[in-house]
Amino acid sequence: MTLEFLVASAIAMLVAGGIYLALRGRTFQVVLGLTLLSYAINLFLFAIGRLVVDRPPLWSADVTEHADPLPQALVLTAIVITFGMTALTIILSLRSYLESGSDQVDGDRDDAA
Amino acid sequence: MTLSDHLPVAPVIVPAIVAPVTMLLMRRHRDIGRLLSLGGCAALLAAAIALFGVTQDDAIRSYALGAWPAPFGIVLVLDRLSATMLLAAATLAAVVLLHAIVTGADRKGWHFHALFHFQLLGINGAFLTGDLFNLFVFFEVLLIASYGLMLHGQGALRLKAGVAYVVVNIVGSALFLVALGLLYGLTATLNMADLAVRVATLGEEDQGLLRIAGLLLTAVFALKAAAVPLHLWLPRTYAATMPVVAALFAIMTKVGVYALIRTVPLIFGATAGAAAWVPAPWLLPSAILGAVVGFVGVLVARGMREQAAFAILASTGTLLMPVSMWREAALAAALYYMVQAIVAGAALFLVADATMRRRGQYADALVPSPRFAGQDAAGLSYLVAAIGTVGLPPLAGFVGKLSILDASFAGPGWPAIWSTILGTTLIGVVGFSRSGSSLFWKTAAPDAEAVAVVPRSRADFIAPALLLLLLGALSVCAGWAEAQTRATAAQVMAPERYVAAVLGTAR
Repeated sequence: MTLEFLVASAIAMLVAGGIYLALRGRTFQVVLGLTLLSYAINLFLFAIGRLVVDRPPLWSADVTEHADPLPQALVLTAIVITFGMTALTIILSLRSYLESGSDQVDGDRDDAA
Repeated sequence: MTLSDHLPVAPVIVPAIVAPVTMLLMRRHRDIGRLLSLGGCAALLAAAIALFGVTQDDAIRSYALGAWPAPFGIVLVLDRLSATMLLAAATLAAVVLLHAIVTGADRKGWHFHALFHFQLLGINGAFLTGDLFNLFVFFEVLLIASYGLMLHGQGALRLKAGVAYVVVNIVGSALFLVALGLLYGLTATLNMADLAVRVATLGEEDQGLLRIAGLLLTAVFALKAAAVPLHLWLPRTYAATMPVVAALFAIMTKVGVYALIRTVPLIFGATAGAAAWVPAPWLLPSAILGAVVGFVGVLVARGMREQAAFAILASTGTLLMPVSMWREAALAAALYYMVQAIVAGAALFLVADATMRRRGQYADALVPSPRFAGQDAAGLSYLVAAIGTVGLPPLAGFVGKLSILDASFAGPGWPAIWSTILGTTLIGVVGFSRSGSSLFWKTAAPDAEAVAVVPRSRADFIAPALLLLLLGALSVCAGWAEAQTRATAAQVMAPERYVAAVLGTAR
């Protein structure tokens, strides 16, 4: 199995799980789903610089083959933003649960469940 | 470089400084903080007017941050389109902030002013940036600030709607990153001008991925613009939030439309091969549905804020119809309509705010109530705001819709556009007359409780009146405004000038 296949299927599984959880009705699952989704996106962004092993991202005269440094910078920004957003969602769903007494995303309490 | 050469960065710098300083000041010196916040807005307005004046010579200016040249460094690009949007944002922000201070809405939490300026930072940055990744970052800045503003004043309902709003936007940001990743993987650049050049040289085998990237990008911007079917978050969010905040949000959906107008002719324009005008076939049906859903929502809404939210949805739909044709004349009409729709949508929210403050326990419900203090002034401003929103003569909405009809007549989809605009306008008229008459004309049932609210000063009518006056001015100066938007559309539809200005090849 190639490295590309492994990374691609890892991303695919994360996305599938993330979407499934994000579509659930309770806030906790939704937050988990968003986290999975953001992991998938970060991996994807890493992979867009092409998958290469043992190559430095920094320029130097004696290095001929580089890894693309820009995706790493993009991922860093994306991680910071999604990290903050996840924290915000958790706090928000907690406050929403405490104030409205239900952790349903769509408001009405689901008594059958 | 003289100081005026640095002016394009002012709309980003000013709120970036004002926001943290007001946050510090609000702890001890509330009035000074409030004054500084207003001063920041005034400075922003002055900068926007100056920038608007600068762009009148029809040149596109690129401002390299840290003097790093374009494809490597980050650039801000100032052209007619960004200057117009900056001016609209700064004007709206000044009026909305005035209203928030007059009505005391900013006193319901500690960080209103700081969040307000961070929101402006994001909006202005999104209008100015010439780099797709920075567009993402500025979108995040404006979204994070909007989460704070949306929840300002608390309440269980607001928190519930807030969770949905935040989750939807996080998913949107994730899609945005995927689109950026695809584009970067294909072209190894994220600078918009550089992208425009490299997309044109892509090989046959990459066209499929390019189409996917283009459609993903369109989907993200459509989500921000609340285009149908990605609109479901909007009515609930805007109806649950404070009207002052919702009035500022009237420009947020238009940021999505702006991003579409900015990126599609530039990156996915005529030279993009198989991906040329890739969103066009999807945008028109979505726009038609948007106008219908919006105006039907106006008809069936149960509260003034909900109605105003649906009116914003309707204006986005009407606006996307000419945009989806991607022709110069239609785009010019769309830009005029966009500016007036921002003002009219915000005015509707502010009028709703002034009215519901006077109606006590009846709040913004569209039911007859006993007579309340200031009913005539409220009714009159509601009438004017409704006329502006629906697009009846003599206000700017009518001029905008007329020029949209006129400009779309030459295009292939004109029967659909004509029937939608004319039909939805009728629905809108019925909707607003129904709600207006039950709010201000019908007398309440004899056993209804009297309105339990102390008469307040009329100062909270100042801001809505300012917006309505602005709407009037836009109609009076329609000729000048149309000349402006026509020049803007010509600039947008000539992407090679943008590329030359940013990359510095053959000015």
